[in-house]
Amino acid sequence: MDGIADMGGSQGWGGASVPTADEPPFAEPWEGRAFALTLLTMGRISGQNLDAFRHALERLSPDDYMEDGYYGRWLNAAELMLLDSVILAPGAVNARVHRNQGEQVEEPAAPEPRKPDYKATAAGSLRTVEAEPRFAVGDRVRAKDISPEGHTRLVGYLRGRRGVIRRILPAALLPDSHAHFRGEDAQHVYSVGFDSQEVWGPDAEPFRLSADLFESYLEADS
Amino acid sequence: MTTSAPNSDRLSPALRTEALEQLLTERGLVDPAVMDKFISTYENDVGPLNGAKVVAKAWTDPEYKQRLLDEGTAAIKELGFSGPQGEHIVVLENTAAVHNVVVCTLCSCYPWPVLGLPPSWYKDPAYRSRMVREPRIVLAEMGLELGEDVDVAVWDSSSEVRYLVLPERPAGTEDHAESDLAALVTRDAMVGVAKVGT
Repeated sequence: MDGIADMGGSQGWGGASVPTADEPPFAEPWEGRAFALTLLTMGRISGQNLDAFRHALERLSPDDYMEDGYYGRWLNAAELMLLDSVILAPGAVNARVHRNQGEQVEEPAAPEPRKPDYKATAAGSLRTVEAEPRFAVGDRVRAKDISPEGHTRLVGYLRGRRGVIRRILPAALLPDSHAHFRGEDAQHVYSVGFDSQEVWGPDAEPFRLSADLFESYLEADS
Repeated sequence: MTTSAPNSDRLSPALRTEALEQLLTERGLVDPAVMDKFISTYENDVGPLNGAKVVAKAWTDPEYKQRLLDEGTAAIKELGFSGPQGEHIVVLENTAAVHNVVVCTLCSCYPWPVLGLPPSWYKDPAYRSRMVREPRIVLAEMGLELGEDVDVAVWDSSSEVRYLVLPERPAGTEDHAESDLAALVTRDAMVGVAKVGT
């Protein structure tokens, strides 16, 4: 989907942060708790479906995506997945926050879960695909100029752009269907090289840009 | 596609994390001891020191370096490093002529088994948005000025493949032991936003 998470090439974010040495993984203890809670939450819904998690992230409101920091964003997406599968009732988390602060707030009853009837065929994302790869190293391709309603890893800034197959990567399940618990549709994946001036125009900095694109994102560029 | 706003009341994420942990623990859906273990793993065991060992070995063992560039995942596993976010790792060699740098524009995909969890600058929207558009300017802002004769190669981690940069070995380290070399290698150099200094 064309959402807030698809940041490649967007402007107005200001300068890059200068790295500091020995930054800890979690700036505050709650960040570690949110990290671990999110990982465990994914496993309670329908296997460790990372694509469903990424789709939850991209569906967050701009405030929920930006305002609570990186692990706050994870927490919000984990809660969204729990709401989607009716493991949590709407408002349950915030009601508990208020109760923990001594307020007399009624908490919603735990609902009857409706988890997706779905199971991945194996752990992880790598899969075997019997069909030969449609493209070979050196083939000229074009990223399709499409705008899917649901989840996709076809980044917006490359849609419609011409590139060259640089490397054939291991086949993997397709995030676009897996994220929605609709099946794996495993495909070949390619590292596709693009020229920066093909993507951003003749005045762009010259550099080589590579992205990993699933076979169904690509068409031959004849 | 509608968006959703679980935190529309804008309560503190620290308080909301505590509340969610309580709710899921009471329902038997999470075990706080398992959470402690996840946190401890990434605070103490899995971090850029792993990647630094891989790099130092590649600098001192040409056959290992070749295996690392040919089959990154297997060569990294030789040193005992594997796990989540490391299903297939591709290693990119930086040279005097080519400088590789890695980004994830869609989220913050990062090779956990060798680098641990990503630092704040990697997750920053400015890095995610601009590294695929004006990498030399971004790198200069981060403290790395590259000569005009260096080719810049930017890798957007848009699938489950993860990328690790093999930095250039700094001059003057010919006599260093592998463990001394590993101590020089930084997280920033293994993503490609810095060089290794001495």
